[in-house]
Amino acid sequence: MIEILEGLKAAFQLVVGFDAELWEISLRSLRVTLSALVIASVIAIPLGTYLAVQRFRFRRFVISLINALMGLPPVVVGLVVYILLSRSGPFGVLDLLFTPTAMIIAQVIIITPVIASIAHQSMRELWAEYHDLLISLNTSKRQRILTLIYDGRRNLLTAALAGFGRAIGEVGAIMIVGGNIDHVTRVLTTAIALETGKGDFALALGLGFVLIGIAILVNIAIHSLSRTEREGRW
Amino acid sequence: MKRIFITLAFLVCGQVAAADSMRMAVTTSFENSGLADVLLPAIKEDLDLEVQLLVVGTGQALRLGEAGDVEAILVHSKAAEEAFVAAGHGTYRREIMYNDFVVVGPVADGAGIADATSAADALTRIAQTQAPFVSRGDDSGTHKAERALWAAAGVDPEAAGTWYRSVGAGMGAALNTASGLNAYVLSDRASWLNFGNKSGLGLLYSGDPALFNQYAFLPVNPDKHAHVRNDLAMQLENWLTSPQAAELIDGYTIEGEALFVFNAVAE
Repeated sequence: MIEILEGLKAAFQLVVGFDAELWEISLRSLRVTLSALVIASVIAIPLGTYLAVQRFRFRRFVISLINALMGLPPVVVGLVVYILLSRSGPFGVLDLLFTPTAMIIAQVIIITPVIASIAHQSMRELWAEYHDLLISLNTSKRQRILTLIYDGRRNLLTAALAGFGRAIGEVGAIMIVGGNIDHVTRVLTTAIALETGKGDFALALGLGFVLIGIAILVNIAIHSLSRTEREGRW
Repeated sequence: MKRIFITLAFLVCGQVAAADSMRMAVTTSFENSGLADVLLPAIKEDLDLEVQLLVVGTGQALRLGEAGDVEAILVHSKAAEEAFVAAGHGTYRREIMYNDFVVVGPVADGAGIADATSAADALTRIAQTQAPFVSRGDDSGTHKAERALWAAAGVDPEAAGTWYRSVGAGMGAALNTASGLNAYVLSDRASWLNFGNKSGLGLLYSGDPALFNQYAFLPVNPDKHAHVRNDLAMQLENWLTSPQAAELIDGYTIEGEALFVFNAVAE
């Protein structure tokens, strides 16, 4: 119990003291996760919407597959990305292993199914509502998808935030592909794992509280930037 | 919505410019000891070389070297290192420094290993009393040393029963587990001294020559991996075997105790 208080104290000292290293790894955490989030959203949101609008033969199978992939073990993703990017692997020439880019790749693989699955769920309901209207207006497939994405943007934001949540707290995959190199690929979660290994629980917990704080701040920031939960709008 | 994208664009852009840098896989015990934090800034200053450390077990470090993902490795398991060089993955091995392994356990010392006559005797006593023992179990240098000691004690711990807990984790995690279980554990002296969560644990046995722990530097073979920056590995090796490194390594102490002894031989 005392250690949790020590952790809160450490978090307070780190934040108030503007610890340079803390800033560095926090910003790197944000950069990696937000990059992964943007890329994953660009893939997953149209995919989820397409699956809601379009009927095709293997649709059920694809949806089940995406739902199942939400539970992908990050360590396995990390290991596969590691093998692919390793110098003796097929993409070794790109020299991406142990860089933030490799961490982004791993996170995109982990969170794309999460965002696609949640996006599909909400788009399906919206499509049931819009179906007759959009069909009667003789819209093209492309127009239908774009309309759904635009009108369902609040729900899609929730899907993206779920992906953000999974990515920012992830440690298994980015530890393997990033290597937790100081000043290069060390992020909040891997730093927490490192400090725990050293037995410095106070600092590890302190970093943990900073991580939770950042996640809350990002959520609030995105909500206020997109003006959700305001009077007169929904 | 647009504002989100603009904000994101600002955050995502901005890549760090890299100076001359090389990657070296090192054992967890090297990093957990805190010596890396002393040596790396000095290397940066003297050579203008940024050494990026990948902190893994010896087994994984050797794999990284084999795949050509690092320029050099610094590990502590002589037999595995010699096999690595013999297979042509490394050019040679050069000894840099040593410290020793110690047996850490609950201060109450139920197995009575504090007055053991040798390391093997200490382990035999643990096996006889079936006191809980935490093993690294991750094919690291420390794990290999531990297995050699069990063999010397004539005990097969894998078949021994539930008192032998193989955690498959780094040195720090294994020490944390031992602290939680009130168990015995084999650790290198440096990691133990630098460990922050010692509650209830104490250093119970050390000093047997069998506990000697040699660290060696192995450059990855540039003939096998053309992209490996062997020139940087050579610069680093020259520095690690220099009198300045000797001074820093020998002078590194925690609570007044020296952790490593420099023993590189000048060429």
